[in-house]
This record gives sequence, C-alpha cells and structure tokens, in this order.
Amino acid sequence: MRHVISLLIENESGALSRVSGLFSARGYNIESLTVAPTEDASMSRMTIVTTGSDDIIEQITKQLNKLVEVVKVVDISEAAHIERELMLTKVRATGKDREEMKRMAEIFRARIIDVTDTSYVIELTGNQSKLDAFISAIDPALILETVRSGVCGVGRGDRILKV
Amino acid sequence: MVLTGAEIVIRCLQEEKVDYVFGYPGGAVLYIYDALFNQDKVRHVLVRHEQAAVHAADGYARSTENVGVALVTSGPGATNAVTGIATAYCDSIPMVIISGQVPTAAIGQDAFQEVDTVGITRPCVKHNFLVKDVRDIAATMKKAFYLAKTGRPGPVLVDIPKDVSMHKCEFEYPKEVSMRSYNPVIKGHQGQIRKAVQLLLEAKRPMIYTGGGVVLANAAEQLTKLTRMLGFPITNTLMGLGGYPASDRQYLGMPGMHGTYEANMAMHYSDVLLAVGARFDDRVIGNPDHFAEEPRKIIHVDIDPSSISKRVKVDVPIVGDLKEVLEEMIRQLEANAARPNPETLGSWWKQVDEWRSRECMKYKNSDEIIKPQFVIQKLWEVTGGEAIVTSDVGQHQMWASQYYRFDKPRRWLNSGGLGTMGVGLPYAMGAQLANPDKQIACVTGEASIQMNIQELSTCKQFRLPIKICNLNNRYLGMVRQWQQLFHGERYSESYMDSLPDFAKLAEAYGHVGLRVERPSDVEGALREAFARKNDLVFLDFQIDQTENVYPMVQGGKGLTEMILSAEDL
Repeated sequence: MRHVISLLIENESGALSRVSGLFSARGYNIESLTVAPTEDASMSRMTIVTTGSDDIIEQITKQLNKLVEVVKVVDISEAAHIERELMLTKVRATGKDREEMKRMAEIFRARIIDVTDTSYVIELTGNQSKLDAFISAIDPALILETVRSGVCGVGRGDRILKV
Repeated sequence: MVLTGAEIVIRCLQEEKVDYVFGYPGGAVLYIYDALFNQDKVRHVLVRHEQAAVHAADGYARSTENVGVALVTSGPGATNAVTGIATAYCDSIPMVIISGQVPTAAIGQDAFQEVDTVGITRPCVKHNFLVKDVRDIAATMKKAFYLAKTGRPGPVLVDIPKDVSMHKCEFEYPKEVSMRSYNPVIKGHQGQIRKAVQLLLEAKRPMIYTGGGVVLANAAEQLTKLTRMLGFPITNTLMGLGGYPASDRQYLGMPGMHGTYEANMAMHYSDVLLAVGARFDDRVIGNPDHFAEEPRKIIHVDIDPSSISKRVKVDVPIVGDLKEVLEEMIRQLEANAARPNPETLGSWWKQVDEWRSRECMKYKNSDEIIKPQFVIQKLWEVTGGEAIVTSDVGQHQMWASQYYRFDKPRRWLNSGGLGTMGVGLPYAMGAQLANPDKQIACVTGEASIQMNIQELSTCKQFRLPIKICNLNNRYLGMVRQWQQLFHGERYSESYMDSLPDFAKLAEAYGHVGLRVERPSDVEGALREAFARKNDLVFLDFQIDQTENVYPMVQGGKGLTEMILSAEDL
C-alpha cells in the first residue's frame, strides 16, 4: 500500500541523511522525498511517499519517531488529505506544435513560463496522476526534459501537523 | 570564565562526574590531551588500540550505572572506534565518544587523517554531533550525556574539529536540557497496565521473559518482586542474565538458540507471555512463524516503541521505563486481592518441572580431558558466584552464560547484539577499574582473545588483576560446530594454527601465565589465580576440541525443535 508520511525535523545539517539512511539501512522503499524549511526556519518539513504492508508502515513511523531530531511524524494518507506535485516540462515548440502545446497546457491548466523560438517550459501542478496524464497526452518526441518535485502533502481541515 | 574548547570538554566531563576516560591521543585531539594533562579529576586510561578504548568504556558502563566515555583522534582513530560504537549500540549501552576532527577549514579537503566520522557512525549511534563553534561545545556535551542515558540508552558521538578545541569562549555548563524533538515516555499507560495485570491473573500457562532492558533500567529488584508475587516461571535472555536470580526455583535458565529445554518449551506453550525489556530477537524465538503457531497473549513492556510488534505481534503494548511500569504492576497487584489460581498454576508448574527433569544441561565429564562446562562450573564455585564475568563471542560465551549462575545484574558483560569477538579483555578492564574490589573473570577463547591481546599491556600499566580463563580448543569453536552440523564436516579455515604459548605471552607482558591440561588441575589453578589478588593471571585451559554447545535450535527452526545433545544428531 502507498502511504504519504509527513514529518517535522530540526533543520540541522545531516538531518536528511539520517532519514534517507534509515530507509536504506532497513530496506524501506522511498518513492519520493521532498524537504524544505517551514515558516519556522529552525524546522524542516518532509513528505515521504513510501509503500509497504501495515506492519512495515508502523515500523517506519516508529523508527522515524526514534530519530532524535524528528519532532513529529504523521501518516497523512490515513485520512482525507491533499497531495500536490510540481512538474516543469521543456518541450520542442516549432511550427504547428507551438499552437498544439499551448492548447494542451490550457486543457491541463498548466502555464507556459518560458518561451524561446523553439521551445516552451510548461509548469504543471497537481497530483501524481494528473502529471502522468499530461506526459502521456503529449507527443513523447517533443519532450526535451522533465523535472518533478516529488509529492507535497497536507491533511484536510482540522488535521494539522505543527509543534 | 574564558576557556579553550579543549578545556571546556574536560570541564564538561568533570561536571558529568566522569572518573575515567578511555582513549588514545593523536593530532586532532592534542589540545584536548593538553587540557587532560593539566587536571587530575578525570583519569585517562591509555589503551593500545582505539577499538579497545570504546569497548573498555562500554564495559565500564555495563558494570556500573554510569555513562562510559572514550576519546579518539580523527581518521583512523575514529574508524578503529566504529566496531566498539556499533557493539554498544546493538546492546543499548550509554556512552559518549569524543572524536577529534581536522580543522573546520580543512573539512572536505581530503586532509590528512580526515574521515567523515559523523557520516560513518550515523547508523550505529543513538545520535551524533559535529561541533562547528566553540560556543556550542558545552551545550552539545550536555545533550550528549542526556541522550546517552535517557530513554533507550545508546552511544552518542561528539566530533570536535581541532580549531574548535583551540578557540576560546566563556564557559558555563547548562543545568538542564530540553529538546522539543526528544521526549522519551517514562510512565506506562495506566489502562494498559491494568489490562496486563488482569491477563496475568487469569493466565493458565504464564511465562515471564525478560531481556537486557531490565539490567539497563536497574529494575531487577522490581522484576524479582513481581515474579515472586505471581509465582510464575521466568527466563532471562543472554543480555538479561542476572535480572532475576539464576539460583531461584522459578528461574528456568536462558531461552533461545542455546537456551534450556524448559525455558524454550515454556516460552512456546505459554498462554500469556510477559516480555519485559526484551525484543524477540532471532536468537531468542527462532523462526517467528513457528513461534506464532501457538496462540498466546503477549504483553510487551519496553522503553522503545519500535521494539514492540517488530518481529512478533503484541496484544498489550506498554511503553515506558521498566522500573516505573513494574512498580505500577506491583502496586496494582498489592491493591487487588485476586491471585493466580493455585491449581491451574500448579499443573503448569508440573508440566514445566517435567520439562526441567530432562536435565538438558547435563554433560559427560571426563578424567582425561578438560570439558569447558566443567571449567565454568569450577569458576562459579571458586568465585562463589560473586565475580563479574566478561566474555568474548563463540562457544565459550555460551558455556559461560549457561554454567555460571548470575544471581545479580551487571555481573555478566558480553556482546549479545553485534557479537563482537575481542570485547572480553577490554570489558574486563573497564569493569575492573569501575569495581576495583571485585573479582573480574574474562572467559574467552584462543581466537577471540587474540583480537585485542595488545591490551595485556594496558592491564600491566594500570595494574588490573583480571583473571583470564582461556578455553583453548585450537578451533574457532562455534564456526567448527556449525561446519560439523550443517556443512558436512568441512572445517574450512576454522582451525587456529600456529598459536602462541599464551602463558609465556602473558609473562612477556609482565603477567602470570598458567597452562592447564588436566581436569584435576582446573580447580587448583583457578584457586591459585584468584588468590593472586594483585596479578593478572592468564589461565590457558587446553579443552576438548570436539565439544559442542547444546541444547541448540538451528537457525530458522522453531523453539521446540531442539537438538538436546550429540545423541540427537
């Protein structure tokens, strides 16, 4: 089962490697991992997408909690939550493809944020499946490069992860 | 008061009432050694290899309730310390390791004796720090000691670059530590404890199974009281020996791979199992699927939530300090008139005693050749069961754990989790320094002892009258045993050829060496050794080369599938 684990961790050097080292040492999967400081710069928030049986997910959250610098851990996929991922795609945009790409961006509510004579950079935000759908909707021969941020997640409504 | 970083480090050790530091100097820690030189509160023990420094500090911690402290230099000093750190980590031993680092400006430049110590040790410490500013040393040292000894204890490493130890700042030792990210649970959940007590009172085939946590939490007294109140059978794991008096009738011996028949059968066929400070290790319960075949309710008390339901599903988890939880259980029992039904408990004991009557620890003694079990039994007699026994890893470790009866905690020091050969002698050093008036016996083998034999020199320098009992079978005994049983008697590289004359070697280091070849000489040699109160005596027992450790549960097998003796093969 796929799970989205959110955690708050002290913003110290080496904190990321403590988390990634834990996953590799214990053989847990990481599908994606994102991390950045929160509004309180002394703390970072991490979103980890992982897969595993209920027993493994229980161990993952316990082991994460055991790390001295981890402040809080929540499996946000246990209840209603929102996931978003950012993707930047650079595509070839010449001739009739120029119009076609613009149209596709509009359909997916993406934005073109860089334009040259031959290319566009398209910014698209959404859940993973929306991003996947966009990639399969456009001609693969036109894709020059793609970069995805990995998943960011937050619980809906009153479910708040804060110290 | 303005002090250098190095002076601050030493002042912090003084504040923490550290009396011994085990270490080895080098370039990156020169300022710290200079600061050590100028005071006499913290005594330094110069080892002959950094691995032994960490093991000795570890042995010191195991034999007391204090944090062990080691000091090593950067690069090879730190990498040599890693085995010691990992050994302490696997057994949750409270320790602080201070390592020197190249100057901050040189970090990342592939400097001489530079290694990423924080990176290398990260998976085998409870936590570690790189101190980049002299103003952070005091707070970091305070945190290190706090982390090492609270919650589930463990080693904490503090890496200090050379320039940081040279810089100066105002020194003030923090009185308290507060970390928003670290708040171990101390008090157990009341409701869960009530549930547990209820289950225990209603049990038909109860069993208590306890581990190293009881020793670490100094909860042996509470455990003993609770066990006697309930009248249940109890087993202590290899790490938990001494948690309950081994001479007591309710004690069934050690469980697991080389545990007793009665302990393993009672673990397996119990209907309520109370696990305290133990972790259902693979060497204890064997195959977890086989273990799960018998239905039973499990109550698991542990300070570390991640130990609960890791290998075995638990019905009543209780997170908390063992001493607190056991005291609460005792309180609830005292407030409750109900007691376990004596008839049901009686018939369970009848079954347990029937298992016990198999006498699985019996062995055939000999007049011709020394049996290792006999040496340990004699060691127990000669020391009146009062010695602190350290061991290395292998057959001798199992025999020592099986045949020396530990009635008190912190009397048995061994590497249970990591299984590190070479710990025995440094553990004995740490234990002897911490307990100058106690008898210290190091039970070892001719292979293990050679992994840190250089420490005989340290023992001479610090006049440590350790008694080394070398069970010399000219084989890597446990490897040979497995090769005999599971690898078609192909003894690949398990014979120790070209062994030194250990008695002469001990003499060369300035100690007393005795070679013992006949069973009739064993007791006399032990008595002579322990009568020499001020000498380290190296007893080199030439033992039966073919003796195996029984009972045995083969790896991957279930607890009840035991080989009881060579006749079962």
